[in-house]
Amino acid sequence: MAIRSSGVFPDDSLDQGQPGFWQRVHLDAPLLVALLALCGFGLMVLFSASDQDPAVVERQLIRLGVAFGLMVAVAQIPPARLRSWSPLLYGVGVAMLIAVLLIGDIGKGAQRWLDFGVVRFQPSELLKLAVPMMLAWMLSARALPPKLPWVMLSAVLTLIPVVLIAKQPDLGTSLLVASAGITVLFMAGMGWGTIFVLATVVAAVTPLVWIGLHDYQRDRVLTFLNPESDPLGSGYHIIQSQIAIGSGGIDGKGWLNGTQSHLEFLPERHTDFIFAVIGEEFGFTGILALLALYLFIILRGLIIASQAQDRFGRVLAGALTLVFFVYVFVNTGMVTGLLPVVGVPLPLISYGGTSMVTLMAGFGMIMGVHTHRIRARG
Amino acid sequence: MVGILSSAFVVLSAAVFYRQIVETDYLRGEGERRYLRVGEIAARRGMITDRNGEPLAVSTPVETVWGEPRKLVHKPDAIPPLAIALGLEPKALQERLAATSERGFLYLKRRVSFEEARAVRQVVADHHLDGVDFETEYRRFYPGVEVFGHVLGFTNIDDRGQEGIELTYDSWLKSEPGLRRVIRDGRQQIVQEIEQVRAPRQGADLALSLDRRLQFLAYRELKAAVAEHKAAGGTLVALDVETGEILAMVNQPGYNPNSQRDGSSERRRNRAVTDVMEPGSTVKPFVVAAALERGLVKPTTVIATRGSLAVGRDTVKDVHNYGSLSVTGVITKSSNVGVVKIAQMMSYGDLWGLYDQLGFGHATDVGVPGESRGVLRHHSKWRVFEHATQAFGYGLSVTALQLAQAYGVLAADGVKRPATLLKRDPAAPAGAAEETRVLSADTARKVRAMMETVVSDQGTAKRAAITGYRVAGKTGTAKKSEGRAGYGGGKYQAVFAGFAPAGSPRLVIAVMIDEPKGKAYYGGLVAAPVFQKVMEGALRLFNVPPDDPQASMLLARREVKP
Repeated sequence: MAIRSSGVFPDDSLDQGQPGFWQRVHLDAPLLVALLALCGFGLMVLFSASDQDPAVVERQLIRLGVAFGLMVAVAQIPPARLRSWSPLLYGVGVAMLIAVLLIGDIGKGAQRWLDFGVVRFQPSELLKLAVPMMLAWMLSARALPPKLPWVMLSAVLTLIPVVLIAKQPDLGTSLLVASAGITVLFMAGMGWGTIFVLATVVAAVTPLVWIGLHDYQRDRVLTFLNPESDPLGSGYHIIQSQIAIGSGGIDGKGWLNGTQSHLEFLPERHTDFIFAVIGEEFGFTGILALLALYLFIILRGLIIASQAQDRFGRVLAGALTLVFFVYVFVNTGMVTGLLPVVGVPLPLISYGGTSMVTLMAGFGMIMGVHTHRIRARG
Repeated sequence: MVGILSSAFVVLSAAVFYRQIVETDYLRGEGERRYLRVGEIAARRGMITDRNGEPLAVSTPVETVWGEPRKLVHKPDAIPPLAIALGLEPKALQERLAATSERGFLYLKRRVSFEEARAVRQVVADHHLDGVDFETEYRRFYPGVEVFGHVLGFTNIDDRGQEGIELTYDSWLKSEPGLRRVIRDGRQQIVQEIEQVRAPRQGADLALSLDRRLQFLAYRELKAAVAEHKAAGGTLVALDVETGEILAMVNQPGYNPNSQRDGSSERRRNRAVTDVMEPGSTVKPFVVAAALERGLVKPTTVIATRGSLAVGRDTVKDVHNYGSLSVTGVITKSSNVGVVKIAQMMSYGDLWGLYDQLGFGHATDVGVPGESRGVLRHHSKWRVFEHATQAFGYGLSVTALQLAQAYGVLAADGVKRPATLLKRDPAAPAGAAEETRVLSADTARKVRAMMETVVSDQGTAKRAAITGYRVAGKTGTAKKSEGRAGYGGGKYQAVFAGFAPAGSPRLVIAVMIDEPKGKAYYGGLVAAPVFQKVMEGALRLFNVPPDDPQASMLLARREVKP
């Protein structure tokens, strides 16, 4: 690992001496502070993007509370136990995906939800965690880098949920789950060449999935890809978001002063396109600060992975961190016009609960990997 | 690893840098182009009133419904109810929207009624419909409906005059919409007004010379007469003698200027000004006036008529042989032979000169588009028989307005005051009529006295008589000349022109009924009764004191009797 010798976050006493306060509560202070800062900033932007609707901010705050609670709870689980749950979690997840396709609720034009009466649950979110766990469980028990049969098996285990999710249809999530599988292989030390081949296979399979879809399903995909279905085409989103970002300039128009967003030119401004609101109101400086915060979180995640005591922990923490990176990159790339429009929210800032809960649970796992250590008593 | 991640972030930062630093001015401009708009502020077109300020053409604010096709095409369910609310054909609206599905603006229906606007709002609420909006426009409304239609004309959907006064005085009446810079949001709703670029300029009001009450009365009587005699049309002009102001100008057939598609141009023509007729016997008083003016005759001068007169190869005939008639008698009986003999006492130029000065062959310029000047051939081209026919009103053509204006000269003691459709302002000297003396006062009075005999038991128009007033006038019954058939088509125009009170006339009225199809076609039988009713009403309306005391006393005595 390239990051192994990093001295950015010296943590000499990690495996020696008495565990500190943070280790006892199984939380990672730098990561926690960065996440809180990010979410705080997110709430501020959301207040502006929702046209200063306190109800929206309040609902988001409740979700954040739940997500942070879950993170703390997950962090308490030792990685070894997580590891032993992995196959079960994966199996349950895939079973629920099948159930969704058969009996799921239709919401927003796609069949993604399982209704348990009290809670409506989106199984695809579970797979964002279950796939990296499953692959980490499988590969960490084997010699690394993995041999071809295991790579193939990993690919199959990834593709099953990816295809099921794509059929819902939810291209954004299936993309993230696929990237989760690939990052695990990467973290397991697989060469770039193999990953490239795998990526090509996935890229080749995606159109097959597309062909397999019914017309109305394709329409749903298109509707999802372009939620407002504006007749000016998905280009409308891109043009408007680029105008919003561009008119921010260096310092931005100031909080609550973005014209493009407040005049409702910018579509999906409090969900997928919130990055453009930040660009317009906080300018290039604001964007750089945000990207720095994301970079800090990702680097911290990778450092934790590099300092993990076992392969499972390292592979899992690294993969989850990279999935987070994919989230950030796909969303910001989409909003800035580098990537096509795919429905991926800006992590921890976009309005919406499910992905946030999954992400925070992931960070809980990362923190767990870091804080549940077998002490070298000395 | 870190290298890959870092380069990803560098690429992202570079992309944002490009937009926010390099392209920022362009993108800001693009943004402003989207939310800064210049909108119009509707302005009101000037009101047209009658001489007493009664509204004849008013602009009232109404709502226009417009939509955003690119949004509406996504709500197919809402289109049929929307169409019904607007009173449109659902299918037609769907097709219009489909054809413009890329556009952000389409007038769904302009100038909707109050009920339609309310129904549309209901549909919008029921279907949570986005992309339907209202804007204020002004709708022209003509309370006088068909009574004033010919004079006023009408405006088009863009509030510009198309006919009549609306067209002639368009630049005076027209409003100039103001401009304002506004911020519009992504739904095209105006969120905020930034500045007014140009204030709206309301159109100026215009007061006409017409009197609403007299116009209504005249229209009613004319319409009744045209119906009674199954006539093809008719026209009536009433003038104020003192000012030349047109107090009433009505035509048949009529049309309703409130509905744009009502009637053909046939119905829309202001015949009083656009259509010419041969004036026939109504010009005879002018021939006599010209002769009186030159001292060639006196009212008592005897003319031997004998029923017919050879002029060149042609013959002028009277209906009866009246034998010897005084000049007054020539007018009373409307003798063609008599008037030709009087005309023959003068040169061609003498008769032509008076006609010319009276305004025949000249536009009145009262402001009616498509005005006809009529035809008065120069006397140098007259032949001997034409000199004769000009004396009894054939071979020249005039409009009803020209005829009324010429009669106004007799009524105003020989002074010509140009007719006008605009109210003259007595306070402003510029507003007063320019006067030209055409005849001496003495001549005019003598001719009026002769014309009083027309409205008597001996005259041709006793049905023009009004109790309590002395009425003077002259009938005319002109055969219509039509293409090859010439004057043999059996079609007539019945005319009566006159004034009252005859001693000191206040009002001139000229009536023409076109092609009466009943047994009666004489001016005295068809046109004179219309004159009588309208003049009687006008005298009462304007509080003109009676000038025929004997008749009033007779009337009073009759009323006293049980």
